[in-house]
Order: sequence, then C-alpha cells, then structure tokens
Amino acid sequence: MAKVKCPVCGGLVEVDDDALPGELVEHDCGVVLEVHRGPNGSITLKPFEGVEEDWGE
Amino acid sequence: MPRVAMLYDVARLEEKMLAAELRGRAELELVHLPSQPLRLGEPPGGGVDAALVRAISLYRAVSSAAVAESWGAAVVNPPVPLMAAGDKLLTQALLERRGIPTPRALVAYTPEAAVEAAGELGYPVVFKPTVGSWGRLAALAGDGEAVRSIAEHREALGGPYKVHYLQEYVRKPGRDLRVICVGGRAVAAAYRVSPGGWLTNAARGARSIPARLDGEAEELAVGACEAVGVEVAGVDLVEDPERGYLVLEVNGVPEFKSLTSATGVNVAASIAEHVVWRARV
Ligand SMILES: Nc1ncnc2c1ncn2[C@@H]1O[C@H](COP(=O)(O)OP(=O)(O)O)[C@@H](O)[C@H]1O
Ligand SMILES: [Mg+2]
Ligand SMILES: [Zn+2]
Repeated sequence: MAKVKCPVCGGLVEVDDDALPGELVEHDCGVVLEVHRGPNGSITLKPFEGVEEDWGE
Repeated sequence: MPRVAMLYDVARLEEKMLAAELRGRAELELVHLPSQPLRLGEPPGGGVDAALVRAISLYRAVSSAAVAESWGAAVVNPPVPLMAAGDKLLTQALLERRGIPTPRALVAYTPEAAVEAAGELGYPVVFKPTVGSWGRLAALAGDGEAVRSIAEHREALGGPYKVHYLQEYVRKPGRDLRVICVGGRAVAAAYRVSPGGWLTNAARGARSIPARLDGEAEELAVGACEAVGVEVAGVDLVEDPERGYLVLEVNGVPEFKSLTSATGVNVAASIAEHVVWRARV
C-alpha cells in the first residue's frame, strides 16, 4: 500500500501499489479521487471529475 | 506477443479484470483517456495490433475507437457500431431491419406528436432517452399530460433529448435478461430481478441471478450484435407474455461485474481472448 496525499484535505490516502490510472479511491474527507501515474510510475491523486454517458448493467 | 491497448476513462472492477486477463495474453498498453492526448495515425509505443474500447462516455468511446482505427489496429468495438449501440433508436432501427423482435416504438419531434405517439402505443408508455444507461431519465408515463410534460422537459435539455423515443410497455415478469456476447457467441446470461419498480438495472439495485442460456435467447442476442456490428456486447432482453423475448438494447461497452459474480463465468477472460485473437488475424 502506498500512502498518497489527498489534494483536497491533505490527509494521507492508502492506494494499492498496483492501482491502475483511472482507478477511483474514496476518502474520509468525502471526495472521490482518481489515481494518476507519473512517467516513473509514481502515484498522484486528483479529484474525480465524473463522466456523463454510460453503458451500465 | 501481440500488443493490445485498452482505452478507458474510469478503471472500474471490469477494467481491472480485463487488464489482468489481457496482461497474461498480450503486451498491454493502458490508455487512460483523461490523462493524455491521443495522436491520430501515431499508435502509442510505436504500434498496437488491437484495441479494446472501455470508455464509459459514449462520445469518448466512439472518438477513441476512431483514433485506434487510425493506428491500423483491430478495434473492439469499432466506432460506427459503438455509435449505433450507444443510441437506442439507431439500435432498434437496425434490429427491425433484420427482423429481430423488439417492443413497438414510435419517434416524435414535438411534444404534441409525442402525445399522439403515446396514445397509439397505449398507457403506461415507456419514454426513455435515446442515449444513456443505468435507467437514467427513463420514464413510465401514465397519461398524455405526463407525456407532454416529459417531452417539454426533454426539449429544454436539448441535444439528443429532443428526439422523443416512445416504446410500448412490455409486461415483463419483474426481470430482464442480460446476455453477454463475445465474438458471435453468447458466453453468459443472468436475470436481473427488480427490487420493485419497473427498472431492472443492476445499478438500480436489481439482483443478478444466473440464467440458463436457451437457444432462442442466444440466437436473438447474437443476431442483435450482428445487426449492430459489435463483437463484444451486453444485450438486454425482456420477456413478453405472448411474444416471448424482445430485444431492448445492445450495450457496446458492457459492465459485467454483477453478472460475473452471479454466474461465475469469467467474462473478462472471454473478452481478452477475443481481443488477442483479433490482434493476431
Ligand atoms: N419497453 C419496455 N417495457 C418494459 N420495461 C422496459 C422497457 N424498456 C426498458 N424497460 C426496463 O427498463 C430497464 C432499462 O432500459 P434499457 O432500455 O435497458 O436502458 P438502459 O439500461 O440503457 O437505461 C430495462 O432493463 C427494463 O427493465
Ligand atoms: Mg439496459
Ligand atoms: Zn481528503
């Protein structure tokens, strides 16, 4: 588990080491965070913007 | 090893399962659409044999599929079939043409014509947007006044919502049937049983229970995929008490997590196998 800083509240968020970019992580402060990966594979988190249309079950 | 790209916007459980299955079979290039530009005619990593499109957004899916075609890759699903599957009216028109049974439907372009269409179909009438899913904005209207007001609200939303697509209400037995098709074969099916109310979407709390795939459902689902041109899809069928199965829609980027846990069928593996096969041929 990697510990990554929440861009909204600054708290630490646990993220799976093998998380894919685009994975969503919920966090205590109520925001949904999106996993991003830098060129060296480093994990950063951004608030998730949402997507509009869909193809659900 | 063939090189396969997966194009997606959110890494849901489905995308994680697909990535894991693809990794065992191909060299996987993950393309998270929000984090980078795509280059027309210039494949990532110098070349891609096949691309699997998994964007939730219809327009991201169609446009990224088109870019993947410009790379010379085999694209699952290709852009035009994705568009046809993403719009329920385009889908139903293709199904009708091929003689696949569907609920009777009318299209109207003004609130007045929508009320006339509803009167012809009888009440209650299903009034759902041509695009979208999870049962979002789908309405069951009880009378002409309701139809008029829904139509007026839709016109205020604009865009595709100004096309009024009305369907007869099928008196289904509280469930629908989701069939996952891959490469011209039905690989798994589950009933989705509504917790109450007329919508049977998993995203609305419907429970998935495994269904035996009968020959008729399989033939209709596979025929629906062929009519629309998709290689991988989730086909929704409802059972009419008199006419039997009717096809409701074809999902070109299907979710399958609740179906997978209900049936135990590894849908992600079937899809990965198909994409890798397309990368080779
Ligand atoms: N004509 C209809 N008659 C009865 N039920 C319907 C009809 N159209 C849709 N439904 C119900 O609403 C649900 C959602 O409709 P569907 O066409 O699959 O759109 P989506 O899943 O994309 O929102 C279906 O699973 C079904 O239970
Ligand atoms: Mg559906
Ligand atoms: Zn936070």
